[in-house]
Amino acid sequence: MSGPAPAAADDAAFRVSVAADRCVGAGQCVLTAPAVFDQDADGISRVLKPDVASAEADAVREAEFLCPGQAIAVTQPAPDRSRLAGSS
Amino acid sequence: MAIDSTLKEQPPTPDFPMARSCPYHPPAQYEELREKGPMAQVRLYDGRLAWLVTGHSAARALLADPRVSSDRQKPGFPMVAARLEVARQQRTALIGVDPPEHTAQRRMLIPSFTVRRVNELRPGIQRAADALIDEILAQGPPADLFADFALALPSQVACRLFGIPYDGHSFFDAQFRQMLHADSSVQEVGAARSALVGYLDELVTVKQDRPEENTAPGMLDELIEQQLQTGGLDRGELVSLTMLLLLSGYETTVSMIATGILTLLEHPDQADLLRRDPSLAPGLVDELMRFLSIADGIARVATEDIEVEGRRIAAGDGLFIATAAANRDATLYPDPARFDITRSARQHIGFGFGIHQCIGQNLARAELEITFGTLFARIPSLRLAVPVEEIPMKGAGTVQGVTSCPVTW
Repeated sequence: MSGPAPAAADDAAFRVSVAADRCVGAGQCVLTAPAVFDQDADGISRVLKPDVASAEADAVREAEFLCPGQAIAVTQPAPDRSRLAGSS
Repeated sequence: MAIDSTLKEQPPTPDFPMARSCPYHPPAQYEELREKGPMAQVRLYDGRLAWLVTGHSAARALLADPRVSSDRQKPGFPMVAARLEVARQQRTALIGVDPPEHTAQRRMLIPSFTVRRVNELRPGIQRAADALIDEILAQGPPADLFADFALALPSQVACRLFGIPYDGHSFFDAQFRQMLHADSSVQEVGAARSALVGYLDELVTVKQDRPEENTAPGMLDELIEQQLQTGGLDRGELVSLTMLLLLSGYETTVSMIATGILTLLEHPDQADLLRRDPSLAPGLVDELMRFLSIADGIARVATEDIEVEGRRIAAGDGLFIATAAANRDATLYPDPARFDITRSARQHIGFGFGIHQCIGQNLARAELEITFGTLFARIPSLRLAVPVEEIPMKGAGTVQGVTSCPVTW
């Protein structure tokens, strides 16, 4: 197996993303989890750090629930491929 | 295949809308309707039936569903009174359009209402609140915090946000008051509205053509540069959109200030908590939004058949989202009729939900946090000057709340 293993935060609970076309600029994600979300120059939400640590998990889940455009998605983190490299 | 609407006359069908008997509690019938399920049939002024959505999860689902329309021109859009039927004649910008028009219009406005922008306005809002309280204290008790504070602060903040020059503030303030005053006639309200439209039109000319006279840049300047000059909006559309934002944000904020003050005065243990710990202000604002739910009865129409939580809605069925009922859903809020500023109330739908959720909500939050924090800190002995039963409040079918807040200290 060649190539670097993809980075994942040591303690990532999950990954978060925002569908910009669904965002209506309410900013509730920013109020709820300011370390994870910000609004760009157009006021559309953007993710500051896609790998969410478990300490921020509750806030990110709350942001997902509160988003009026239902634009926030949480998914499983990228797998730690260095562990899979040994299997063939 | 169309689902048959289950909207069929099934006595007893309550009339809608219903009036409140207490300024800070929903109509009494909401609770019994919600206990029977997330949606109930109601009868409108013209005899038509519509759905009243009282469950929190059903309300969220419908407000976010693309098959639910805000367009008053769509067949079956429900109205609560004959005087509102005129809204069917012309599409209202932003609040009365669906995607894709809505998406384009909203995107023009989002940059002016970001969290960052609103935070930049906070020092100015604090100064305005303090100046109003200075004046109230200087006049001495008693005072009417509706006229002397609630009507004044949102007007000043709006002028600053939009970029209305200081010498226009008192003109604006006077027109807004005339539009909202309980004693104003229909003609007086219309005259005030026309005067505002005329003023805004002239202001656009000043901002575009006479920059040396443009003493107060703001949101209107940005819209002129980004939309009027690029052809994104024509002049009439720009003025209409500005009027819509000004009016939508005014009556609501006025009512939240006055009715919120009243609610805190009626729950002195909660006012004490706020005085002792000002960091509770944001949580207080969310709890007041939940508890008061002044923008009750959000109107929509289904454009296709929809099934929600086992109930069937047919294309053309009218919907009213009973935010005041949904925000007291006990599955989400234990002991929902209890006013508790320490509870986590963030999930309320007091600002709505879905793509039309209040675009000014962060500005409203800032004004309300500063209002309650400052008032209760600076006038610790504040109390109502009359029994709460004597305080006039709005009738059914409009933004709820009191129209007077007589206090002493």
